[in-house]
Amino acid sequence: MRKYISFFKIRFIEGMQYRAAAWAGIATQFAWGGMNLLMFWAFYQNGENSFPMTFPELSNYIWMQQAFLAMFMAWFFDNEIFDGIMSGNIAYELCRPIDLYNMWFVKNMAIRLSRMILRCMPILIVAALLPYPFNLTLPSNTLNGVSFLVSIFLGFLVLIAFSMLIYISAFYTLSPKGIRILSTSVIEFFAGAVIPLPFFPETLQPIMYALPFASMQNTPFLIYTGYITGFEVMRSMLLQVTWLIILLTSGKLLMKHALKKVVVQGG
Amino acid sequence: MIELKNVNKTFKIAKRNAGFSEAVKALFKREYTYVNALQDVSFAINDGEMVGYIGPNGAGKSSTIKIMSGILTPDNGECIINGRTPWKDRIAHVKDIGVVFGQRSQLWWDVPVVDSFELIRDIYKIEAYSYKKMLNELTELLDIGEIIRTPARQLSLGQRMRCEIAASLLHNPKILFLDEPTIGLDAVSKIAVRDFIKTINREHGTTVILTTHDMQDIEALTERILLIGKGRILLDGTLSELKKRNSAYKTVTVDYVGKKLEETDKIIIKKDLDGHAEILIDTAVLSVSEAISYISSEVDVKDISVMGETAEEMVVSLYKEFKI
Repeated sequence: MRKYISFFKIRFIEGMQYRAAAWAGIATQFAWGGMNLLMFWAFYQNGENSFPMTFPELSNYIWMQQAFLAMFMAWFFDNEIFDGIMSGNIAYELCRPIDLYNMWFVKNMAIRLSRMILRCMPILIVAALLPYPFNLTLPSNTLNGVSFLVSIFLGFLVLIAFSMLIYISAFYTLSPKGIRILSTSVIEFFAGAVIPLPFFPETLQPIMYALPFASMQNTPFLIYTGYITGFEVMRSMLLQVTWLIILLTSGKLLMKHALKKVVVQGG
Repeated sequence: MIELKNVNKTFKIAKRNAGFSEAVKALFKREYTYVNALQDVSFAINDGEMVGYIGPNGAGKSSTIKIMSGILTPDNGECIINGRTPWKDRIAHVKDIGVVFGQRSQLWWDVPVVDSFELIRDIYKIEAYSYKKMLNELTELLDIGEIIRTPARQLSLGQRMRCEIAASLLHNPKILFLDEPTIGLDAVSKIAVRDFIKTINREHGTTVILTTHDMQDIEALTERILLIGKGRILLDGTLSELKKRNSAYKTVTVDYVGKKLEETDKIIIKKDLDGHAEILIDTAVLSVSEAISYISSEVDVKDISVMGETAEEMVVSLYKEFKI
């Protein structure tokens, strides 16, 4: 366990060094979150009742999404892992008494968490100070608040477990570019990063909620906003756990298969 | 104890001819060729031995090292190292081995070398006391005390290689695989690295397996040589045995004045320019002393030296002999 903690530490410290990037990120996320909200505001002028979420719920959803973007951004991949596979430098990682899957998982957690920690506080604070109904508020009840904390962590793990499949696919495809672009768009769309899932047509919703992507950012943010409550909260968190187990198991199996046929490139 | 028995490995390689139409054809039907990287490779290495593993590029040296370090799974065959099969029991196996790939780096690029060392300490769960002891010994022997606080990206190749070797030995492995450890190094660094490998082998009884193209490495380090070519082990013997086999010929270099030397049936003149000649003699026909007295009776000798075949030449003639 200690070795994974060390890995986490070295990556985390490295991630905390990029302060200028963090400020730029914060500015971008404010602009983006604001734009999103104003766009929805224009639609809501036509009558709030025709939309599935109330506007304050939506504000909460969007600000939480921007604050925790680094945890859930689907386009982010650790290029070191892809380069290692392409160049054959992975040979060294394979000579260590460590589980490659666990190590990459921990590495991804560390990078994303360090970025999130640098960015989330300013966004949360400023968003809370905005005028009603554009502001960020506390969750409506404690059960939702506590569930949110568990659920955001589960969603975070589900996303990384899914991106592990993309990393491992590089063993088979030689160039990860295509699959990266494809998976990024699919995740962003189906996870509710572009438009929150409640806004999709009702016929599509059962399918979308059942997919693993809905168990990423969608579930914790809907819990936070109070859009889902009570039994629904438990049910969607159970689904998160289910997907996490499925993705972890398939990732580990795929990794095992990949390493059996791995051909270390070059020299 | 390392034991390989009938190890085979085949690589599948996609091939197509140059040109646009060929590229389009390849979209629908791919042609593959199979390269036998290793065929029936068998050998055994005892604890504490130092073995030089030589062969031309693409002979299968690196593939063998990768199999022995658990990275590559062979098609079939057996490989038992310290009672374990590397690719089946990878994590337990790699605790006992250290690997240096001369063409790759294991140090984290942006952080001081000592940070990488500490991460390696945690990965291998090295106890604080033995880590400190080993680190002190390694920094002293490799003379890297000054540079381990520098980020790896700012080190010269020679400095980095010394740090790489130290990194591979922190957990005091029983077996050390060195894949071209002296590639690209200057003479001073090469000698430092060689001395160090010798010391480690002597003091810790570490088994060392070394692949290299530098015959001076082999000459300085190893007693035993394994020659591989086209995926097969061609020769397994000591360096002196090999030398004896090929040492019938000697080269006599002579500076002289006077009339030009003439070739006889016993001496072959390879080169003769302005009183500087290189003469090849077959010691089976003519002994060295006979040759020298013959030459000095013919011309006025200013300087003379006799050389046996260098390891380099020996390997070239071996490669020729086995047509690899």
